[in-house]
Amino acid sequence: MRNPGIPPMMLAMSTPQVIVIGGGGTGAAMAYDLALRGLGVTLLERGELTSGTTGRHHGQLHCGARYAVQDREIGRECMEESAILRRIASDSIEFNYGLFVALNAEDEQYAGTFIPACEACAIPTRLLTSKLALAMEPRLNPKLRLAVQVPDGSMDAWRLALQFFASARAQGADIRNFSEVIGLNLVDSGQAGEGRRVTGVTVRDIRSGGEYELAADLVINASGAWSRRVVGMAGVDIPVSPSPGTMVAVKGRLTNMVISRLHPPGDGDIIVPQRNLSIIGSTQWLAEDPDSIGVPAEDVKNLLESAAEMVPAFRDAPLHAAWAAARPLVGEAGGDAGLRSLSRDFSLIDHQSDGVERFLSIIGGKATTLRGMARITADRACAQLGIEAACRTAEKPLLPARSFYKTAGERSA
Amino acid sequence: MSRTKITFRVFRCRAGEPGSERYEESTLPVEEATTVLDVLERLSRKDRTLMFRHSCHHGSCGTCACRINGRERLACLTRVLDLDSRVVTIEPLNKLGRIGDLVVDPADFFREYPSHWQTLRPSEANPKATPPQELSAYTRLENCIECGACVSACPVEEFLGPAVLAGLNRERLNRQDLELAAGKRGVSKCQRALECSRVCPTAVYPARHIQELRRKLNKSS
Repeated sequence: MRNPGIPPMMLAMSTPQVIVIGGGGTGAAMAYDLALRGLGVTLLERGELTSGTTGRHHGQLHCGARYAVQDREIGRECMEESAILRRIASDSIEFNYGLFVALNAEDEQYAGTFIPACEACAIPTRLLTSKLALAMEPRLNPKLRLAVQVPDGSMDAWRLALQFFASARAQGADIRNFSEVIGLNLVDSGQAGEGRRVTGVTVRDIRSGGEYELAADLVINASGAWSRRVVGMAGVDIPVSPSPGTMVAVKGRLTNMVISRLHPPGDGDIIVPQRNLSIIGSTQWLAEDPDSIGVPAEDVKNLLESAAEMVPAFRDAPLHAAWAAARPLVGEAGGDAGLRSLSRDFSLIDHQSDGVERFLSIIGGKATTLRGMARITADRACAQLGIEAACRTAEKPLLPARSFYKTAGERSA
Repeated sequence: MSRTKITFRVFRCRAGEPGSERYEESTLPVEEATTVLDVLERLSRKDRTLMFRHSCHHGSCGTCACRINGRERLACLTRVLDLDSRVVTIEPLNKLGRIGDLVVDPADFFREYPSHWQTLRPSEANPKATPPQELSAYTRLENCIECGACVSACPVEEFLGPAVLAGLNRERLNRQDLELAAGKRGVSKCQRALECSRVCPTAVYPARHIQELRRKLNKSS
């Protein structure tokens, strides 16, 4: 930290306080990163942790191959971040690699674009004959022409997030579920003009029904598809729309590896096995309200059909569950032009540009890159607070998910 | 699509407020695919104070376990019409501390768990498959999703509980584990009611694990 002239006790007393709104994967990684840098952190989530979008994601640990052709930087980031997660959160990851399968001549031709693009992103690939691929995954469509092996994996969305929450809490972060932010508290910033500054939030404790205020030096909105509602409390509007996607799980683990169709990204082209299930996803549409997302019946049928093209056993496997997750889609006006790479996938918005200081929004991104998004956002938070502290979240393994309840404070649920 | 009207009785309570327990009734139309979790989400849009846990919506996280018409189930995997009942009663799990409405305290469940226990194990899918050369074997996450259903359904008190004993049986037993299993609150308490295996949503069959563990203990003593 700066201010070397201040005695240590004063420093402790003036530890900057940051409030993170939203208990999804991004909020989890955010709280851990900030706490490791020595900041005071309170995370507020209106329901159970990861009850929004995070828990419902497909469960793929992306090595980046899916994005390599369209966007090298995102491919590279996914490769780096997936390798870090495998190191720090191995308890929540089934790391069995993935196969991109070519089922027709067009797919086969796409390999010529796909493999060099992966190489350019430092994603290791291995070209496999259909015989080798079928030896690895006997339930693949026997008509497959070739396959490309990449370091994909499956993850447990809930337990990966809990590992971050557990580690954040062990560093002193206060993680409060069933705590809904119902207001952002602002003052005139004292600068010339109409600038305002966020000084904290008003919270409703769902448990008791009571309301209280919480002061902060900086507030970070990590509420994803619910962002419009949260920043609206500061009189700010950002173009975020819930953009749900459907996933369908069948009973039985049909493959061990993640199976993707070797063609440009589209609907229903990734099968992620997890535990004793196989999950096909996804689709994408636009919704009005992130709290009421239904599953379109035609999605279920279409997804199962495209899954069966890659793994015919999908056709006979009993249906287990169908659900939808509301990804946040950020319109063009959002985002920070000054950011590189990941920013094309997620938006870090400094609401200073909306006339509100000490207020950041971090929206979008992938479950695989949650740590990287938190690093970039925490860098910005520290710069605003005048703190010099490097990111340390890649250094050591996270605590096991169960530890979250073993270090439970009064507020755990 | 046909819509049937079902009456839901949802248990409500506030922690630390004796007498706050009550059942709140609502009648809603449901469709074939509507799950109990869908209904809870719908009710919470009207009343933000309704407390329930949920995350993955496909039976992998284990947070939404509750008692539905008296039996432990995952709300996300329970289709309302499959219950074949005009009235559906939704209550929190038994035996765990109550935090509010349908939410129980998971810390009560995890207290007995050694945190170092492995969550990954070898995958049994396609046993003749050759894994990629980088791996010695395919792995997958353990079947037990730690939802607490078995603990709630078990009739035995002062007991480590089915989930922990099943976990002990999966682990390579060290001395500490053996002492835990053979202790006063260990396998000897099991009354073979088999409720745990009946309610387990991921087919762990804890009762079978307890039986195996009993045999291992007999052998080692």
